[in-house]
Amino acid sequence: MSTAPLLQVNDLKKHFPIHGGFFGGVTAKVYAVDGISFDIAKGETLSLVGESGCGKSTVGKALLRLFPLTDGQVILDGQRIDDMPSGTLRPLRRRMQVVFQDPFSSLNPRMRVRDILAEPIRNFGLAKNSADLEARLAALMDKVRLPRDAVNRWPHEFSGGQRQRIGIARALAGEPDLIICDEAVSALDVSVKAQIVNLLQDLQKELGLAMLFISHDLAIVEHMTHRVAVMYLGKIVEVAPRRSLFGAPKHPYTEALLSAVPQPTPGIQRQRIILKGDVPSPINPPKGCRFHTRCPYAFDRCRVEEPVLRPIQDAMGEGHVSACHLHDLPAAQNPLSEAKGAQLLAVG
Amino acid sequence: MALLEVDALQTHFRTPDGINRAVDGVSFHVNAGETLAIVGESGCGKSVTAMSILRLIPEPPGKIAGAIRFNGKNLLEASDKEMRAIRGNEISMIFQEPMTSLNPVLTVGRQIGETLRLHQGMSAQAAEDRAVEMLNLVGIPEAKRRVKEYPHQLSGGMRQRVMIAIALACNPKLLIADEPTTALDVTIQAQILDLMRDLKHRVGAAIVLITHDLGVVAEVAERVVVMYAGRKVEEAPVHALFNKPRHPYTQGLLGSVPKLGSSLTGEATRLAEIPGLVPSLKQKIPGCVFASRCAHATDLCTAVAPALEEKAPGHVAACHYALREGALAA
Ligand SMILES: Nc1ncnc2c1ncn2[C@@H]1O[C@H](COP(=O)(O)OP(=O)(O)O)[C@@H](O)[C@H]1O
Ligand SMILES: Nc1ncnc2c1ncn2[C@@H]1O[C@H](COP(=O)(O)OP(=O)(O)O)[C@@H](O)[C@H]1O
Ligand code: SF4
Ligand SMILES: [Mg+2]
Ligand SMILES: [Mg+2]
Repeated sequence: MSTAPLLQVNDLKKHFPIHGGFFGGVTAKVYAVDGISFDIAKGETLSLVGESGCGKSTVGKALLRLFPLTDGQVILDGQRIDDMPSGTLRPLRRRMQVVFQDPFSSLNPRMRVRDILAEPIRNFGLAKNSADLEARLAALMDKVRLPRDAVNRWPHEFSGGQRQRIGIARALAGEPDLIICDEAVSALDVSVKAQIVNLLQDLQKELGLAMLFISHDLAIVEHMTHRVAVMYLGKIVEVAPRRSLFGAPKHPYTEALLSAVPQPTPGIQRQRIILKGDVPSPINPPKGCRFHTRCPYAFDRCRVEEPVLRPIQDAMGEGHVSACHLHDLPAAQNPLSEAKGAQLLAVG
Repeated sequence: MALLEVDALQTHFRTPDGINRAVDGVSFHVNAGETLAIVGESGCGKSVTAMSILRLIPEPPGKIAGAIRFNGKNLLEASDKEMRAIRGNEISMIFQEPMTSLNPVLTVGRQIGETLRLHQGMSAQAAEDRAVEMLNLVGIPEAKRRVKEYPHQLSGGMRQRVMIAIALACNPKLLIADEPTTALDVTIQAQILDLMRDLKHRVGAAIVLITHDLGVVAEVAERVVVMYAGRKVEEAPVHALFNKPRHPYTQGLLGSVPKLGSSLTGEATRLAEIPGLVPSLKQKIPGCVFASRCAHATDLCTAVAPALEEKAPGHVAACHYALREGALAA
């Protein structure tokens, strides 16, 4: 696609100060998100994956301007929104909405569903009159496949899956172009999760929504997404279209993640990559490549020089980038030169 | 004789708005040295089953009926003293959240040592030596230093290793692991599952693994019990369960999880949904507990609870219509 992306993020940073010491001054920083760039096209789903604490939610919150950025640019449909005063921001806010993980805490228990959904419609001045408001409420309930008369009920009267439908309806109320789903199906039980995943997919097609799908569940991500960005300790280490990422991972961390997911097929023979140790602290991330303390392939250069994201040859398709020094080695010495996905996942 | 026999276990809770039939007539057995998984969605009664086996259910509000025979002895008739001698010794348990089951003010070494001194009358020195040995066994580096640390100084994965060390310290015959990797990240989960598999070979304890994750089941279990709304709906050897699930609920469950690699094989673009919701456990359900969500349900299903019936060798399912091996399709 040659048209400008819907959302463009350049070198985004968010560092949280840690206060301590006698005078309560800043004694250290959490490098939660430490210089990441990506874009999302209209109608596209980009997934952000990685283990807990790697900075996924912080990216989402930064985009929503829930706190000021440390550095970087966020461009929505050609307009910079990271430095916009909140007054001017309002009409743009409408275009980017969020669905959170916890359907229990994210809905105000003292508001009826009708008021939860009407709030964004009023805030953004979308309804022409009260009949229009009613029509919009009914249409939202239809979209998320809840009975229309459920608008008169309270959040506690609904199950987890139904509340997540209400959360989705609220996100849709402002007629957004982009929805950020932060672990939106992670807390749901398997059978209900499938219902919500299918709903999100249908809505995306129907409404041409773009989506930033934040999740640690790789199987769901693969099922949902067009492209995937893999994060580790505040950095993006790899981005690729779905088939390339799962079929030919080009970063050692991605490879280990794929091989670690238990597959619901007993008795399969898989290549296992068991990483040693734990994720280091984002307060003091390792020098050089942040993954070098756990990487099974790390060599001298990895401990001193930080690899940058750059395009990688991939027979499965275009648009594959990875940050790993292995790709400077001759193919015969690069353990990631072949497409190993099918083998790691024991499929096909 | 099986190591553990759970026979018509019924654990109900009295609540302000009625009786919660958390576990409602569940039977299964565990053989020495085998790994049995209990799988099902949250609230189906997995943890209550585990806690009932160890008699950790507060009574009241709980009320346990049936029989739980461990080495032939009915634990429901055992005295508190006898249960204390069994817990942490012959049967031990690990939980999802190690932080809530570890004592925050005792060093890791002391906590492993306590168990050994209590059950095996070891001296303080012997217990500490054994604690170091156990930490080594569960793959904690620098065990000599780590025994002197407190739980909060350890990562989530390390704490779960410590829990496993405590659980295995007395060489139990049965280990009950309730969602032991659910709170962990996937690379750490892989480490812990690897450790459990390895230890099983070395220690030889039977394991009851409770989980909602079908991937974990496929990786570690030999036999599987599927629970739904407080009842066992299916039980089978692991291959049979995944390759030929008989109960519509199990079939639905398997259809609703995507397999990693689906974009490579071009498999199913849409997940199977199980419509509706789990029924309330506070209502007595006369028929099949799954009838309200089952595509095959008939009047018979809503009226009469299907018996658990052997559909193939070692493969039982509670469904009026699940095919029996050798029977002709209707
Ligand atoms: N408000 C905050 N103050 C300090 N540290 C924070 C704050 N929010 C998040 N963090 C830290 O930033 C890192 C990234 O967190 P988060 O974005 O929530 O990760 P993820 O969503 O990938 O699990 C973590 O180390 C987390 O502890
Ligand atoms: N102490 C208790 N008092 C009342 N109800 C309980 C108690 N413990 C568990 N329950 C209920 O028992 C049912 C089964 O719970 P549980 O065994 O924890 O499910 P899971 O399969 O998720 O482990 C649930 O409805 C739960 O609310
Ligand atoms: S740069 Fe080095 S340490 Fe980092 S992922 Fe690549 S091989 Fe591993
Ligand atoms: Mg998060
Ligand atoms: Mg439980």
